[in-house]
Amino acid sequence: MQDVENIVNGQKLFLKPEYQEVFKNKKQFEGHAGATNPEKVKDVAKWMTSWEYREKNLAREHITINPAKACQPLGAVMAALGFENTMPYVHGSHGCVAYFRSYFTRHFKEPTPCVSDSMSESAAVFGGLANMKEGLRNCKALYKPEMIAVSTTCMAEVIGDDLDAFVKGARGEAEGELDSTYIPAAHTPSFKGSHITGYDNMMEAILKTLTPEEEVAKDEERINIIPGFETYLGSLKEVKKIASMFSDKIVMLGDHEEQWNTGAGEYKLYAGGTPIEVAKSAKGAKATISLQKYTTPTTGKFIKNEWKQEYVTCNPIGLNGTDAFVMKLSELTGKPVPAELAKLRAQLVDAMQDSYPYMHGKKFAIWGDPDFLLGVVSFLVEMGAVPVHVLCHNAPRKGWEKEMQAILDKCTFKEDCHIWMGKDLWALRSLLFTEPVDFMIGNVYGKELYRDTKIPLIRIGFPIFDRHHLHRYSISGYEGCLNLLTWITNAVLDHLDEETKDIAQTDYFFDCVR
Amino acid sequence: MTTETLLSQQQAVIAEVLEAYPDKAKKSRAKHLGVDAPDGVKGACDSTKSNKQTIPGVMSQRGCAYAGSKGVVWGPIKDMVHISHGPIGCGQYSRAGRRNYYIGTTGVDTYVTMNFSTDYQEKDIVFGGDKKLKAALAEIDELFPLNNGISIQSECPIGLIGDDIQAVAKAYKKETGKPTVAVSCEGFRGVSQSLGHHIANDMIRDEVLPDGSYRKDFESTPYDVAIVGDYNIGGDAWSSRILLEEIGLRVIAQWSGDATYKEMTTAPKAKINLLHCYRSMNYVVRHMEQEFGVPWMEYNFFGPSKTTESLRKIAAFFDETIQAKTEAVIAKYTAMTDAVIAKYRPKLEGKKVMLYVGGLRPRHVIGAYEDLGMQVIGTGYEFAHGDDYKRTKDELAGSTLIYDDVNEYELEAFVKKLKPDLVASGVKEKYVFQKMGLPFRQMHSWDYSGPYHGYDAFAIFAKDMDLAMNSPVWGYTKAPWESK
Repeated sequence: MQDVENIVNGQKLFLKPEYQEVFKNKKQFEGHAGATNPEKVKDVAKWMTSWEYREKNLAREHITINPAKACQPLGAVMAALGFENTMPYVHGSHGCVAYFRSYFTRHFKEPTPCVSDSMSESAAVFGGLANMKEGLRNCKALYKPEMIAVSTTCMAEVIGDDLDAFVKGARGEAEGELDSTYIPAAHTPSFKGSHITGYDNMMEAILKTLTPEEEVAKDEERINIIPGFETYLGSLKEVKKIASMFSDKIVMLGDHEEQWNTGAGEYKLYAGGTPIEVAKSAKGAKATISLQKYTTPTTGKFIKNEWKQEYVTCNPIGLNGTDAFVMKLSELTGKPVPAELAKLRAQLVDAMQDSYPYMHGKKFAIWGDPDFLLGVVSFLVEMGAVPVHVLCHNAPRKGWEKEMQAILDKCTFKEDCHIWMGKDLWALRSLLFTEPVDFMIGNVYGKELYRDTKIPLIRIGFPIFDRHHLHRYSISGYEGCLNLLTWITNAVLDHLDEETKDIAQTDYFFDCVR
Repeated sequence: MTTETLLSQQQAVIAEVLEAYPDKAKKSRAKHLGVDAPDGVKGACDSTKSNKQTIPGVMSQRGCAYAGSKGVVWGPIKDMVHISHGPIGCGQYSRAGRRNYYIGTTGVDTYVTMNFSTDYQEKDIVFGGDKKLKAALAEIDELFPLNNGISIQSECPIGLIGDDIQAVAKAYKKETGKPTVAVSCEGFRGVSQSLGHHIANDMIRDEVLPDGSYRKDFESTPYDVAIVGDYNIGGDAWSSRILLEEIGLRVIAQWSGDATYKEMTTAPKAKINLLHCYRSMNYVVRHMEQEFGVPWMEYNFFGPSKTTESLRKIAAFFDETIQAKTEAVIAKYTAMTDAVIAKYRPKLEGKKVMLYVGGLRPRHVIGAYEDLGMQVIGTGYEFAHGDDYKRTKDELAGSTLIYDDVNEYELEAFVKKLKPDLVASGVKEKYVFQKMGLPFRQMHSWDYSGPYHGYDAFAIFAKDMDLAMNSPVWGYTKAPWESK
């Protein structure tokens, strides 16, 4: 029973003997092997760590287990929230939207605005036009957006709703209420690509919609930056800061930094974002830089073909990536690298030289989105670490593997490194048991891998539901790279302390100075 | 605040929010909003429209049929593998978010927090995915030999492209002899999670309950009961089970929190089914009553008043030994909960609460707040039916704003106007209200605490509400240099 002076929640309540007795007693009614044949559980658990199991597991083709990717509309919601006063609108069932909102909110600990037009059986039979007509008007009336960014769910895609015609039809029947509202619409089927594809499709649709038909004045000093599906809000901030050191004419298209970082005191439905007017003049820029090459191929094609301007990709994660980004800005602006940036770089390199012994030769498993991996794996290699398992569930078919291999080829221990494309985290479990590593880098779903393999998890990625505020930091630029260095080095040191804290056993190595 | 001013405020704010809508939506929403009181007069609980289509284009908090089936009813059955059948998203967004606690070796003999998906690609949509599904079933059995069955939880495309998952499941079950259940709970079906619960219940009725293999040699006692409609969120079913066992009953099955397939088949052996979440499992207890003659009874284990009332009601079904033990158990725990109330009530007395949840909680938790001296001034359901609102009326203590399928726009307006001291709802709503400086507790996940069912759990509930209401952090919103 609870002790009123020391009330405990489930964590400790169920450790009390009377509850342990409840668990023991329940077993007689239970049918899982843990209750009926605990020895068998041990045997099977052991078999699951074997090479034999690994081979069966990696040969698996039809069932995906513990994926490391999500579906298109999630990315579309992020792209939409990068623009000022914009409401993401999902044409489909509202269940999807409940999921997107919870998913982002659990990660950012912030509200995530997004509406749906609640399609159900009747829409499945008759199409979703009626939902769209009523939905756009209700959305406008209640939330007063300047732009409503429409994406689709698999339901709308399967029944073949004609999105452009629907938007046009809805606008036509809105008695003028939608006349001044931009309504980009993107097909974002969940059965194609992943969340990064949805980001790309929505970004392209938004830019297409906001590109004026008339000629846009050319501004040779203007540069656009597209961040991609970036979940580190501090990265957006740092990229903008670096850009501003070169010019005040470098702007971000799709800047969702503030939307998920609003202050206490008042709830704002919309916060920050690229102003619509700024997006409308983007065509006149000299160049657009995408920070996530493999997240924005369709957007890139649109920019090259329609805006007819230079489209380049940079990946400012890690030292080399940030250097390349900085030099690209220098080249495009015709300005030398500012002394302040050079100083930040020098400070970072100094820090890397301080900490390198703890990362050098350490084996890592890492998973995440393709561009995230190119950046963070590059950083691991820069530090002399060994990315033994690089797993990309949503790896693009073209180009990515070659680019990743080129990074791994620079690794001092390159023969130990493997790229796993299209594999899930249950496959990684087998890889970790058969070819173990020292540390894992990944999202919250690595937590069960940590429990099962005991390999420490360093939480860098998306989503992270069980640690707070990491998304506020940067992993891009020199200062972001310093964050990566700090997190990883200190995780190595924390683990070293764990391993050396046994009194009179290992604690001779429990040093106060490392 | 007097009842009259509260009532007029409540009525005024309804009129105010309706003004924002275009005509069609206004007409529809007006039927879902109202005020009710416990005075016997007809009020919103008698007339509120519910279980209707959500108006398009708003931020509804509702989920879908798949969420109701996979996420609520089937997902917690721990020794079965539940496949999210279709594209990758649904299974990923719903993975391990609901805190359905269980004891087991995850990945080896239990699988609740994992995500199994058929990850449909365009070719599966175009050519159909039945072959893929069949192959997926075989792969699962090869890689997870200790699973005690597989359920197939359909996502939207399955029903639209004409896949015949029922046939695949039947054939596989015949071939392997293992429980294989196809659930057609596509997200577009119905208007909310609710139809998903119903579909899921029907599949338990059709595919699980007919399996009498564990019932054959089952040794019954006169005191066998099953807990139904408790998903063991944060351990709720465990802190309920202990009380039922202490009063002398034998809990032979838990549905479906921490459940095994075996327990799902033995529930008809109960002398009575004890139903906590009426909304999500009333269908299958009614079936067990008709088919197996097992009566059922609703109970409420939130807060000591309701827990005591419920224990007595349950005991009344049994004999005097049980009734005597029940009184002893009540006395034993009441000493503790009285001390909890003495400790926390002075800090919470008179505080006003607005609730917006699903299932049973918009009515069931009212008593727990009242035990702490707190007053619920607004409540509503995401996916209730008329019978839920009728049951709600009995729980009201004063003039209460009633809102069905409330969307974010409305809830924000209601809260701003009625100024509750605490909002208790879900994760999507949480940070909206915290930004306004309002204490908030998630009442789906117990905000990562809990359990909240039973006497021991009430102590946690009280402590958590105090923590939320009386944290110093709410006092910092205004900077010291800002004028008052």
